[in-house]
Amino acid sequence: MSLKVLVGCKRVIDYAVKIRVRPDKLGVVTDGVKHSMNPFDEIAVEEAVRMKEKKLAKEIVVVSCGPQQAQETIRTALAMGADRGYHIDVAADKMATLQPIHVSKIMAKLAEKEKADIVMLGKLAIDDDSNQTAQMTAALLDWPQGVFASKVDAKDKGLEVVREIDGGLETINIDLPAVLSADLRLNEPRYATLPNIMKAKKKKVEKVKPEDLGVDITPRIEVVNVEDPPVREAGQSVGDVEELVGKLKDKGF
Amino acid sequence: MKRIFQLVTRNQRSGQILDSTRRYQNRRWLASVSNIKPEVKDSLRRDLEAVIGETQVSSSDSVRDQHGQDEGPHRGAPPDLVVFPSSTLQVSEICKICSVHGVPIVPHGTGTGLEGGTTAVTGGVTIDLIKNMEAIREMHTEDFCAVVEPGVTREGLNQFLKSDGLWFPVDPGANASICGMCATGASGTNAVRYGTIKENVLNLEVVLADGRIINTAGNGSRSRKTSAGYNLTSLMVGSEGTLGLITGATVKLHAIPESVAAAVVSFPDVQSAVDAVVSTLQCSVPLARVEFLDEVQMMACNKYSGLQYPEKPHLFIEFHGSESEVSAQAEFVKDIVEQHGGGEFEWAVKQEDRTKLWTARHRAYYADMSLRPGCKIVTTDVCVPISALPQMIQLTKEDISASGLIGPMVGHVGDGNFHSMLLFDPENEAERQECKAVADRMARRAISLGGTCTGEHGVGLGKKELLKEQFGQDALSVMKAIKLALDPNNLMNPRKILDV
Repeated sequence: MSLKVLVGCKRVIDYAVKIRVRPDKLGVVTDGVKHSMNPFDEIAVEEAVRMKEKKLAKEIVVVSCGPQQAQETIRTALAMGADRGYHIDVAADKMATLQPIHVSKIMAKLAEKEKADIVMLGKLAIDDDSNQTAQMTAALLDWPQGVFASKVDAKDKGLEVVREIDGGLETINIDLPAVLSADLRLNEPRYATLPNIMKAKKKKVEKVKPEDLGVDITPRIEVVNVEDPPVREAGQSVGDVEELVGKLKDKGF
Repeated sequence: MKRIFQLVTRNQRSGQILDSTRRYQNRRWLASVSNIKPEVKDSLRRDLEAVIGETQVSSSDSVRDQHGQDEGPHRGAPPDLVVFPSSTLQVSEICKICSVHGVPIVPHGTGTGLEGGTTAVTGGVTIDLIKNMEAIREMHTEDFCAVVEPGVTREGLNQFLKSDGLWFPVDPGANASICGMCATGASGTNAVRYGTIKENVLNLEVVLADGRIINTAGNGSRSRKTSAGYNLTSLMVGSEGTLGLITGATVKLHAIPESVAAAVVSFPDVQSAVDAVVSTLQCSVPLARVEFLDEVQMMACNKYSGLQYPEKPHLFIEFHGSESEVSAQAEFVKDIVEQHGGGEFEWAVKQEDRTKLWTARHRAYYADMSLRPGCKIVTTDVCVPISALPQMIQLTKEDISASGLIGPMVGHVGDGNFHSMLLFDPENEAERQECKAVADRMARRAISLGGTCTGEHGVGLGKKELLKEQFGQDALSVMKAIKLALDPNNLMNPRKILDV
């Protein structure tokens, strides 16, 4: 097989950062805060690179939406082994209302433009936890989907995908072209090494506006309020079971 | 093997399984050893709160308890107060206040040390440096260095550096504070190729007992080498909080290797495993990691992680470099291993396979603890010249066997450093003493062979006598003079390393 894989990677606040709510309560602080590639997207990029190493795929094209800094995320993917990138230029203030519906339209348009065989995404982004983009993209393209993939292999002319579901593992066979989303146990992504980071600087990244792809990213939601979770109160020690039951009854349980 | 099995079942039969639930119910808070008068304590508290705010000063039992106990076998002791400063200036003010009141100062990082470094043996104020001081102050990717505050841990820094193609290779196992690692002179599995923390520190920001703030290699310096003045950086590394508090560290970073391959191989006996390592090093193969696990440790790892390694001595090896370098090194070492009677190489190149392979080694400490649930462990830490290693390990295993203790062994054999985990029941004083006796004999043996009583864990509370034996009166007197010059009132982490 010599498949072309289109991989989406989102620039999110790094998972290790302590999130702080903005004073205007309309979002979280992003200025000067460490950002990195969404961990599930790293897994998606890694899987695409492994497909290329196994000679299943011949070209990997990565896509990221956002302001100028989104290019850093694309460069990281290129350093991991992707070939080319698309930077979908979206201003920083528009990112809060850029939703899976918009991103999936962008991915679908690019998939058609590039004649991709596989669209790979992370199963969800760690900032909005939506878990919608892969499924919506598949619907827009009318392609089969293998989401929450923990193993992907070529089988006959299609793919065999093992999916992580509530009951355990489900194995499905799907035709190509297809949309996949990466779950945690699919692989452990490689690190970008200095020589590869250097090489990545020479790889092509095309900057495109959503309008150029015919996608309207006018907000369909309005963020009304963002708040911290309530501060944890001190616990109370109780002497014995009777006291515990008494206190629970007082609280109305 | 049979002997170990008998030991475990004998304990079970005599009903001495250490029931963790029962022990928790009988738990008292750690005995307080403070001798600070109440009026002094009140005045002290008010002064501290004035500097850092009420919410950052704690006298609650659980907070003091947690801060007074590290992960080692020494019974902890809580301080009188725990404070959580947010800046170096605040740390300096705290030290001045403690100096005025004549109250001991105990620095606290992640509390993952093994030698009682955070134990407040004479009470006082524990300064928790990690809660509010966790910034990576500077990152210089082109200069391969970073400046970190005490709250930055090894894993935290590496996560930050991931997309820059750099890493911080000093890996003592625990996810320790990097400044804490400087304080204990830490090392780890990668030292054979990348050096210990000593070789990877360029500059330290230190607060002294009287509140003075110094930069050991010069203000803002991140020069790769320097010949300027006394080497204060080296003086502070390994000083275990007895000379000053480390509030910032400028550390060297390294390039993430292009290619990494890991291998596991078994040997018929200890001698052949260690000989294989010695031969490999003699051929100057730049091994990145070479870890020795004895058959007892392999048994523990198998049980704990559900693995199926043969219960024989093993070497866990890692090669770093370009793809061709790694291949060449691996081939070469494969031959050497065969010559020494080693078994088949079990290989891994993919990230998750390597992680799986190394899991056994990384969980070794916990695997050992689960051999006797509820036990504590005396971890020995001797380091000898490589040529003396086979003899050292052999004599040690004989000693452990004769004492009837369970003592799995892991070793950073590339440095001549190995750890025996001697398990004991914390309620059984005789057993604790036996472990200590075996550990002391081991240290003396190492010293007599040209080695050191502690390769990477530090002296702390338990090795003060061994320190005297290793150095002799004159060198000790120099250490004491330095201690008294920097801390005339002996307030900085008293009774650790040496007594004045």
